[in-house]
Amino acid sequence: MVNLVVNGVERRFDGDEETPLLWYLRDELGMTGTKFGCGISACGACTVHIDGYPSFACVTPVSTLEGAKVTTIEGLSEGGDHPVQVAWRELNVSQCGYCQAGQIMQAAALVDEYDTVTDEDIDSVMSANLCRCGTYPRIRAAIKRAVEMKS
Amino acid sequence: MKSASIINISRRGLLAGMGASTFVLAVGLPGPGRAQDEEPEFGRDAMPNGWTDDPKVFIAIDEDGIVTITAHRSEMGQGVRTSIAMVVADELGADWENVRVDQAPGHEEKYGNQDTDGSRSLRHFFMPMRRAGAAARAMLERAAAERWGVDVSEVSAAGHAVVHAASDRSLGYGELAAAAMDLDVPARETLTLKDPSTFRYIGKSDIGLVDNMDITTGTTTYGIDVRRDGMLYAVVARPPVYGGRARSFDDSAALAIPGVEKVVAIDPVDFPTEFAPLGGVAVIATNTFLAIKGRNALEIEWEDGPNAGYDSETYRETLSNAANSSGGKVVRDQGDFDEGLAGAARTIEAEYYIPHLAQAPMEPPAAVVEIRDGKAEAWGCVQAPQVTRLRLAERLGLAKEDVTVNVTLLGGGFGRKSKPDFVLEAGILSQAMNGTPVKLTWTREDDIHHSYYHTVSVEKMTAGLDESGRPVAWLHRTAAPTIGSIFAPDPKQQLPFELGMGLLNMPLDIENVRAENPEAAAHVRIGWYRSVSNIPHAFAIQSFIAELADAAERDQKEYLLEVIGPARKVNPTDLGDVWNYGENPEIYAIDTGRLANVIEEAATGIEWGREMPEGSGLGIAGHYSFVSYVAVAAEVSVQDGIVTVPRVSIAIDCGAHVNPDRIRSQMEGAVIMGVGQALMTEVTFAEGRAQQDNFDTYLIPRMDRAPQRIDVHLVSSEGGYDQPLGGVGEPGLPPVAPAITNAVFAATGQRIRQLPIADQLRT
Ligand code: FES
Ligand code: FES
Repeated sequence: MVNLVVNGVERRFDGDEETPLLWYLRDELGMTGTKFGCGISACGACTVHIDGYPSFACVTPVSTLEGAKVTTIEGLSEGGDHPVQVAWRELNVSQCGYCQAGQIMQAAALVDEYDTVTDEDIDSVMSANLCRCGTYPRIRAAIKRAVEMKS
Repeated sequence: MKSASIINISRRGLLAGMGASTFVLAVGLPGPGRAQDEEPEFGRDAMPNGWTDDPKVFIAIDEDGIVTITAHRSEMGQGVRTSIAMVVADELGADWENVRVDQAPGHEEKYGNQDTDGSRSLRHFFMPMRRAGAAARAMLERAAAERWGVDVSEVSAAGHAVVHAASDRSLGYGELAAAAMDLDVPARETLTLKDPSTFRYIGKSDIGLVDNMDITTGTTTYGIDVRRDGMLYAVVARPPVYGGRARSFDDSAALAIPGVEKVVAIDPVDFPTEFAPLGGVAVIATNTFLAIKGRNALEIEWEDGPNAGYDSETYRETLSNAANSSGGKVVRDQGDFDEGLAGAARTIEAEYYIPHLAQAPMEPPAAVVEIRDGKAEAWGCVQAPQVTRLRLAERLGLAKEDVTVNVTLLGGGFGRKSKPDFVLEAGILSQAMNGTPVKLTWTREDDIHHSYYHTVSVEKMTAGLDESGRPVAWLHRTAAPTIGSIFAPDPKQQLPFELGMGLLNMPLDIENVRAENPEAAAHVRIGWYRSVSNIPHAFAIQSFIAELADAAERDQKEYLLEVIGPARKVNPTDLGDVWNYGENPEIYAIDTGRLANVIEEAATGIEWGREMPEGSGLGIAGHYSFVSYVAVAAEVSVQDGIVTVPRVSIAIDCGAHVNPDRIRSQMEGAVIMGVGQALMTEVTFAEGRAQQDNFDTYLIPRMDRAPQRIDVHLVSSEGGYDQPLGGVGEPGLPPVAPAITNAVFAATGQRIRQLPIADQLRT
């Protein structure tokens, strides 16, 4: 039995202890904003925040999350107004959009933590997240925009 | 015999609406139901189930004035839901904030062709969608005029309302909607389309994606996200070798896992496989994780079948031998190559290798099917909902009318989701569970191991140069397994539509040209991958021209422009290409001036000719595909054998621009996918098995390998919105890899003839 908080709501999990957070969120809680892309921490589509840190839900067993606070794309902000989300819309970052929940969660952690970010910071942090459509140039620009917006 | 079987397949395909007009045109046959002596049809007219511009099909307005536009083409990142809405809303006179977009299910008799492939959604539907919007606007005007008892010529629609200026009266679209939709649709020839100078959305760059809010808040529904009450979750263990089968399996350990509900054997596949599931053993459980866990616990003994020996290294030699032998089918013959070569001052030869690729859309194939009261309903990320409907009905033994295919958003497609095998798997499993909704998910390993792979090819080029270094004789041999191999038993020749992707319709100004297509057998499922056969053809041709330029000691760009020759319009039929992307060869003649122009634009954008530091270089390539013209100029830097691509300039001429921001984003995406093809992306096989498993071994660029700077140049050509449109989704890709490898040559003097570069430059 594991108790955790997902987007501010207390949850109790007593399924198979190997169950990754990803499938618990998607299949058991019906929160499909967090995506499956690889299952092996190679693509970042499943990025969520665990106690504020960006983490791959696909390789994080729920059984290790006793007392943890999980934030998913659905819970990142009220009404989708986190600076990263706003910048993403302003610059029409998305193509198919499938990777973007993970990209946004990764970028939000970066933008929340730092008041300035360099190109190198962006590239090194965001290289954890794949985008098959090739939206990287706009992701870079949107992160800079979000940092501006924040200040 | 061979061609007869292709013809049969073509007919069946056409009748089934699978978009195989390609094949029919390719073999020069009229479509069914059309007499031999009738005019051939092109473009949207030639597509299965054609098109419609009926506003009642696409537009609904509620009493609050909310306009709902139905998109009948699949959204996979190209922006088509937004672009179609822009076109309709503009002609309709609707305010953008009151526009919503709905997605049509697979129903081509109602919506017209829905195969979202071939870079043709706007090319085929720009005008019908404009007319649909204009017709609805006319109906709203008429309804208002009737309400006021004035002549319709006295009223006009704009800004989501119809106004009667003389009496200063105005009625909102919501107030008029019910009356307007009761009116007959006005005749096509009575419609007045907007003057492009008054467009509010078409051609404008500041339109946000209609799905932006949902995407950025995680509330979109892709195929993998669909949920139904009581739904179960499944994965399938498929034969690791194409055409193999499970000889026996032990499912006791799988069934012992709590939550694993059932194990179901799926029949093995027969050749040609078309869109049928590959067979294997499915595990159905109460969530995806348990289904995967159950699958891991299966013990299966596979029988590998006829492709057990497929090895891509050995097969490369087979292709190379074929490409280096004469006697292959001559598919283009102009002038006299042998005589031209005999008279040449020197001969240059080169051989290029382009590997298998997997589309690997970020959302893997996934679908839900449920069956109730003899009716099946499917939800899936499909590019071809009509063929999905037909094949699902056949496989489940239902009438087409009893099968509904709902199209979700697609998390990328790139051709993979044109093939509905995964939806059929979901259907089979739902049937096995007495109709319970079943979600079938492909893991990434499934996707890389069982793709409809991009072909693999060896391209052998031979040219004779005259004293001045100009080519006077040109021979291109292409050896590559054909996509036709999934439709017909063991064909070994490329189909005309594959040859028409840059081989036959190569518009260079060379006197003696021959193209040959030696035989090649397929040992894996071959399928469309963004830009298809243009990938190997453009890579070979654009690399080879750069090699000739080097031999002639000429600037690569100047030489390329010289070989393209003076600006002229070339009818592709005269080059032996009867396909021409399905378009009328007169309207869509190849314009070498437009090709030269994009090359100049791309070159200017990269500041061609500037001094480059040690280890850096510039390269360029231009290619005509999907009736558009694209050129790419790339800057590379090579350090310790590692290639980086800091800057790329890409120029496209696709005719008029409907949604310029999405043209730009498609070019940006094509550049990054092309960087992958140049540097790292490939699937190899040993013992019939794909050697890559997931994104740890099937490599695509991460942000740190993406160019820091990509400049997109949208070239406007003459003719405004009256000119025929070109494609956008695919044509960006083919010139990227050769531009990069040409730049690598400029930087290092090393010629890359095999993709990807991987560690070829490491010492
Ligand atoms: S799905 Fe978790 S990193 Fe790819
Ligand atoms: S937007 Fe499609 S994968 Fe990133």
